[in-house]
Amino acid sequence: MINTIYILWLRQLKRYFRSTPRIVGSLGQPLLFLLALGFGLGPVFQKAGEGNYLEFLAPGIIGMSIIFTAIFSGIEVIWDKEFGFLKETLVAPVSRLSIMLGRTLGGATVAIFQGLIVFIISLLIGFHFQSLLLLPLAFVYMAFIAILFTSIGTAIASVLEDMQGFQLIINFLVMPLFFLSGALFPLENSPKPLMVLASLDPLSYGIDGLRGTLIGLTYYGLLPDFLILSAITILILALGSYLFSKIQI
Amino acid sequence: MEKKIIEVSNLTKKFADLIAVDNISFSVKKGEIFAFLGPNGAGKTTTIKMLTTLLNPTAGEAKINGFEVLTQKNQVRESFGIVFQDPSLDDELTAYENMSFHGILYKVPANLRKTRIEELLHFVGLWDRKDSLVKTFSGGMKRRLEIARGLLHRPAVLFLDEPTLGLDPQTRNHLWQYILDLNKKDKLTVFLTTHYMEEAALVANRIAIIDHGKIVAQGTLSELLSQTKTHSLEEAFLTVTGKEIREEEANPKDLLRMRRRMHR
Repeated sequence: MINTIYILWLRQLKRYFRSTPRIVGSLGQPLLFLLALGFGLGPVFQKAGEGNYLEFLAPGIIGMSIIFTAIFSGIEVIWDKEFGFLKETLVAPVSRLSIMLGRTLGGATVAIFQGLIVFIISLLIGFHFQSLLLLPLAFVYMAFIAILFTSIGTAIASVLEDMQGFQLIINFLVMPLFFLSGALFPLENSPKPLMVLASLDPLSYGIDGLRGTLIGLTYYGLLPDFLILSAITILILALGSYLFSKIQI
Repeated sequence: MEKKIIEVSNLTKKFADLIAVDNISFSVKKGEIFAFLGPNGAGKTTTIKMLTTLLNPTAGEAKINGFEVLTQKNQVRESFGIVFQDPSLDDELTAYENMSFHGILYKVPANLRKTRIEELLHFVGLWDRKDSLVKTFSGGMKRRLEIARGLLHRPAVLFLDEPTLGLDPQTRNHLWQYILDLNKKDKLTVFLTTHYMEEAALVANRIAIIDHGKIVAQGTLSELLSQTKTHSLEEAFLTVTGKEIREEEANPKDLLRMRRRMHR
């Protein structure tokens, strides 16, 4: 079981680190958001009395780069369905659960790594985190976001049959999750419907927890963030495992 | 009595209203090369998928190496190696990594894994390329690597689903040489499907022909020829399955998918 999880985890990492274009390519979007929004909207944000926008934005963009990478890693199951490698793992004498866990942890590790790069970039362009003591906790929230969204990706990919639905997922799932999460704007003074939607979005709690640990600003509170995130993560991980175990090819 | 490695009785698979495999029975003895032939969409791939635990049968029974495919999945999985119709290697990993990955999944102990990988890669002539990424390999090299990989855990039976499709005659010749070698040396049982009748006639000890989900003929080559009063396997095949050209339908599941898509 552990060996299976390990080897599938290792495979995800090897694939990721061998694909430099993918690493560099997926840094473009977060960088653009940080620079264009961070510096573009900064003065307005400041005038509105909300403080430094870059500080506010950076945790949101770290979260963004994690969910994009994570969902994408999960979705890779479809590639493996189409290009056959999935069959090699499905006829092996190991449990489907350990295959799913290995893949998910591998995908999540890659996503966390991507988040770390964005974190470092943010530091380079002027982001300050508040406390070294809370930093490890920030990584815990990053891990939650990474595992949760890799599982969502895996769950979706287990049900989808080919890549045709991919664009649909990006536009109708990933984008809304990101934009409604409070990654870009403070939730406090936003309209009621938006706040309701945000509270339904699991990413909100991840971003909130990340912001809480990095800059000491939280809307829901660090403990609720933690509890809600862990509950949802376990739930989705279980759902993903179930759907993955039902794959027939 | 020789040990039976594959035992299939009344095996059936239905997809909604489509009967892909209809109540088939056959068995393969240890050390035999068994060719499973049939036109496109006849039920070959569905049968292989049931025998290799990728699909659950709707009815009937199948045993691999004495283990039930439905209830003893892991023992069954340890008992066979398979080379799929389409490559199932990880292109982003090296040949050695693909082998090693397989060995770990099948719990081959580390020291044994190392010696066997070396031995098998030498055997299929890929040792010099062991550290190259698989995406740089030709079709024939990939197929050879898959055969080596399928043998790494010393299976009782090797499934080959159209192993020579799309390969040039040289590579095909080589491949069969490997397989016949293994069959002689280690008494490896082989279950293969192919569209090349002359290959089946050359290598197989026994042959079964499936059409519309049913087995329409089985026996040794000479038995098939005398049953159908023909002189070649190709003629025999055409006699029992008809000369009409089949729609290029993929497997029944793809067919269902296509239908579902049309109704969307």
